[in-house]
Amino acid sequence: MYSCSDLRKGLKILLDGEPHVIAGFDFTKPGKGQALYKCKLRNMVTGSLFDRTYRSGESFEPASLEERSMQYLYKDESGYVFMDQKNYEQTILDENVLGDDKYFLIDNMDVEVLMFGERGIGITLPNFVNLRVTISDPWVKGDTAAGNSKPATVETGYTLSVPPFVEEGTLIQIDTRTGEYSTRVKE
Amino acid sequence: MDNLLTHKQEILKLRARIVQAIRAFFVAADFLEVETPQRIPTNAPEVQIIPQESGDWQLQTSPELAMKRLLAAGYSRIFQISHCWRKEERGSRHLPEFTLLEWYRAHCDYTRLMIDCEDLLRSVLPAQQFTYQEHSIDLKQPFERLSVDQAFSLYTDTTPRQAIADDRFDELIALTIEPRLGLQRPTILYDYPLELGALARNKPGQPYLAERFELYVAGLELANAFSELTDPQEQRQRFALDAKIIYTQSARPANFPEPFLKDLAQMPASAGIALGIDRLIMLLTNSSRIDQVVAFTPADL
Repeated sequence: MYSCSDLRKGLKILLDGEPHVIAGFDFTKPGKGQALYKCKLRNMVTGSLFDRTYRSGESFEPASLEERSMQYLYKDESGYVFMDQKNYEQTILDENVLGDDKYFLIDNMDVEVLMFGERGIGITLPNFVNLRVTISDPWVKGDTAAGNSKPATVETGYTLSVPPFVEEGTLIQIDTRTGEYSTRVKE
Repeated sequence: MDNLLTHKQEILKLRARIVQAIRAFFVAADFLEVETPQRIPTNAPEVQIIPQESGDWQLQTSPELAMKRLLAAGYSRIFQISHCWRKEERGSRHLPEFTLLEWYRAHCDYTRLMIDCEDLLRSVLPAQQFTYQEHSIDLKQPFERLSVDQAFSLYTDTTPRQAIADDRFDELIALTIEPRLGLQRPTILYDYPLELGALARNKPGQPYLAERFELYVAGLELANAFSELTDPQEQRQRFALDAKIIYTQSARPANFPEPFLKDLAQMPASAGIALGIDRLIMLLTNSSRIDQVVAFTPADL
């Protein structure tokens, strides 16, 4: 069990049966009054963010989470299917849980899946993925109004800004941490 | 060399200048600067303040006991700027070792200290106007005076008495009321329920109120003041009450500061106040975190 003095940013605790991470933390104490621990909590399953204040004397159950190396197999009506490479067990992650990470999944890609018991609640992607541009307007030479970037859509349906010289069919590298264009991939 | 300390240079220079201005203010008002020991046999037993032990003794959580003994000995206007220690206090506005300004006046009550607060802030900030975060604070007008009762009826759905019964008083003060205080000019929040004035005098004719006030500027709690309780018997009873709670909650035995209780019988009617220097520097340098206004935080050492 954790006590109030253990609370800090990044700590994972169990709240109403679900894992939550402390996304923001501050200690405060009115003059001669009791200590208050102001937390911004993120529900690690739903992603919802909310504030809660605790007082000294309260205790918290740690949320036991583990990361497992898995391979992304495919998407079907049940969700996104991953396979544990050690025991070949399959785990299905919901689209909501993945958020924008779903756009960076490529078949057979190795990822770390964050497990809360038997439930997958998130993934850690490789820092960079290569995806092919499927839609982007051609660049008209001399069109300065368009600036130094234009929108492009890649094969997974993700849309981002790319430099004018990136054409449809180009393989580009995307930084999964920021979701931004990184470089053109030579083939 | 380019590190955090280099970047702090401007703020630390301002800090030094403000501390000089504070000294000049008190000297001009005929106050005597005193230095009392920071390592003492025991602090006053207070439920919400955990002292830092130092061998068999403790580091002061505030210099108040020694300063009141000076009042009892006939010193009538004294001030001190000293380091104080409070265990387990660390946050964006809290450091376990911080700098406190305390001043005491004999033969007056807390209303005199309200005037001191106005004079002191105006004196350290000749511009009479400053901006803290998004709030523009004007020092020219009289500071707002708001009773705790008024603040509860303005900003909460309960009364101070009910909030204490529900164990919500501190929470409402810190999270609901405090952020709304002193946003255009400083606010003096006064007349606390008696339970919340451990060393404060009863308000005459108001058995449930203590003559205590806090000074707020831009939602930041800056100072805490009392008309001092001078009855050694009542002070001993209040210490006993707190010591019992401390022992039940944490098995910490609390010693009583006996020399202080003995001298208290000689202390004239007085008023005293503690003002957080670090927080004042935060305000005057527009710093959002206390870390920005001290050279080193515990993590830097």
